[in-house]
Amino acid sequence: MRRLGNRPDALIEALHAAQEAFGYLDDDALRYVSDTLTVPPSTAFGVATFYHYFTLKPQGQHTCIVCTGTACYINGATQILAAISADLGVQPKQTTADGRLSLLTARCLGACSLAPAAIIDGQVEGRVRPAELVARLQAL
Amino acid sequence: MTGATDPARAEPARAEHAARQRLDGIVPVGPVRASAYVCEAVSCMSASGLEILTGLTSQVAGASLTDVAVKRVGCIGLCAAGPLVRINETGELFSHVRPDALGPIVEALAAVRPGAGPVPEPAFFARQMRIATENSGRIDPENLGDYVAVGGYDALRQCVTSMTPAEVRDQITRSGLRGRGGAGYPTGLKWNTVAKAPGIGKYVICNADEGDPGAFMDRSVLESDPFRVLEGMAIAAYAVGAKAGYVYCRAEYPLAVTRLRKAIREASRAGYLGASVLDTEFAFEVDVRLGAGAFVCGEETALIASIEGGRGTPSPRPPYPAVAGLWDRPTLINNVETFANVAPIIRNGGDWFAAIGTETSRGTKVFALAGRVVNTGLVEVPMGTTLREIVFDIGGGIVDGRAFKAVQTGGPAGGCIPAQFLDMPVDYESLMGVGSFMGSGGMIVMDDTSCMVNVAKYFMDFCREESCGKCVPCRVGTTQLWMLLDRISSGQAIMDDLTQMERLAAMVQRTSLCGLGQGAPNPIFSTLRYFRDEYLSHINKRVCPAGVCEIEQQAVIA
Repeated sequence: MRRLGNRPDALIEALHAAQEAFGYLDDDALRYVSDTLTVPPSTAFGVATFYHYFTLKPQGQHTCIVCTGTACYINGATQILAAISADLGVQPKQTTADGRLSLLTARCLGACSLAPAAIIDGQVEGRVRPAELVARLQAL
Repeated sequence: MTGATDPARAEPARAEHAARQRLDGIVPVGPVRASAYVCEAVSCMSASGLEILTGLTSQVAGASLTDVAVKRVGCIGLCAAGPLVRINETGELFSHVRPDALGPIVEALAAVRPGAGPVPEPAFFARQMRIATENSGRIDPENLGDYVAVGGYDALRQCVTSMTPAEVRDQITRSGLRGRGGAGYPTGLKWNTVAKAPGIGKYVICNADEGDPGAFMDRSVLESDPFRVLEGMAIAAYAVGAKAGYVYCRAEYPLAVTRLRKAIREASRAGYLGASVLDTEFAFEVDVRLGAGAFVCGEETALIASIEGGRGTPSPRPPYPAVAGLWDRPTLINNVETFANVAPIIRNGGDWFAAIGTETSRGTKVFALAGRVVNTGLVEVPMGTTLREIVFDIGGGIVDGRAFKAVQTGGPAGGCIPAQFLDMPVDYESLMGVGSFMGSGGMIVMDDTSCMVNVAKYFMDFCREESCGKCVPCRVGTTQLWMLLDRISSGQAIMDDLTQMERLAAMVQRTSLCGLGQGAPNPIFSTLRYFRDEYLSHINKRVCPAGVCEIEQQAVIA
């Protein structure tokens, strides 16, 4: 924020920084950002909820992002999500009851030549098979 | 005195190199006899590309190959066969490389003799023509010296020292270059509009918010050759009279963002950007702005709203950004690939570029080939190349030898092109003619395992989620269209639903505010046009011909 001179147009950059530091954006973080940049809290909340990248809920210990881009869809991303939901009991955009795993979807990771692709804890995995992925997630 | 003849002197120098540059590869002190180019773009990197680079570096050092270089490069293109290592002198390509089996590469490097002829290129590369991606897979994207060594920044120097801004714009106009982001607006015309717009403090924006699912050209160009994009932006800024610029890049591309930021730092330090570019009066500063996962921000007015720090919702045009854009200043917005074409046009002249391609679509186009095709990856071909050449000659045909069904271009606003048009030349007009769209260049191949109703539903789901909600036709229309498609695909629809869907789709197309809503019905139109029988089968027979849609059999009326 300071790098951009605390200007109101630094809002998205500031939210990125806050989410990187805390993992998600809670009320305190949003209020701090809006106060410092002198934008109304409603604007900060509006921006944070408009963009898919920002999350207002804490994430699980591990995250698995399944790409649902066109190439991954053609190559079976739907079956992968179904397998994870069935075997691990977690729906997309949710976290398991024990807080161990968050399942997320992405519009496109740009790794289309590896389709279907997923990101497990920041590591891109290409050509994933539903059963293998479920096994890996269970072993985390 | 080369390293080979004086090992005592060369040895410590080489060891120091190897130790200092573990991540960057190895550079011999003497002349280079052979060099291994290791692909370090996302796709190969995720498949242990980094271990291969470090492994190969230490093995080459260990084998005392003092005249062999190991270098990190950007995307080589054939992502399907990755991780890739290419021996530059012979063109020999190693695919599916494993970090624990680098022996054959080291042996091949040791066997390279000076003057050895190149091995024949695979068809995947031989049929391509590289302009925007000419440096991809050939230079180290994180090394400014590498870029300058292949003629980088010559074009910028030529512009700022010996051309007037009007002459630069004239070359771009003559080249016939059209916007590579999708709509194909003539680039020269756009530059002239911004240059002539009254007002000071103009901006140049590079649109790197590659939102189309199934497209990764911009990611690859940014990861493989970030300096080229910055050079194109600087030339554009000089031509239109701008002093500041932004690259608006997706946060989903962390590697591209890292390399871009590093490139901006290095270029500024070397005087290719900053207060006095190449010691002239021309000043140009660039900053990166991150997107946050909103597809609509690829639309230029929404993109501007997002750079200003707000919700990325589009505004009605006019006024066009060329007149009143970022902070109401005249603003030039071009796509990554458009900027990547600028430097070669200046270097070789507009007429050279105009001689490539077809009458209305000049030059080359980068396509991201994905889906059910053997050689997935990045290809660049002259405009006017046929779909058959791209999918079968370069792409290697369909996976498992199945039947080709359609190729989808243009992202969620595009269409599906069936087999009868395989021999059609690919350019802006031809794609429009068959109900599709150039888009940013994603090309997704589908075989007989894809249900076209389900594909249309998939894209409508995308548009429904990504609609920013500002205008009613898009916000409500896309949801209603998705519900109708859902009924058809689950076998619960009647013929009236189809009629209603067609009427509603036409309305959404006509009345939406921006390209997202206007383009959203396109997948419905194109699948209905070429695959109407599949819709009818879902409705009348309650059968999904491809066996994708789940239709409850109890629903069948005897």
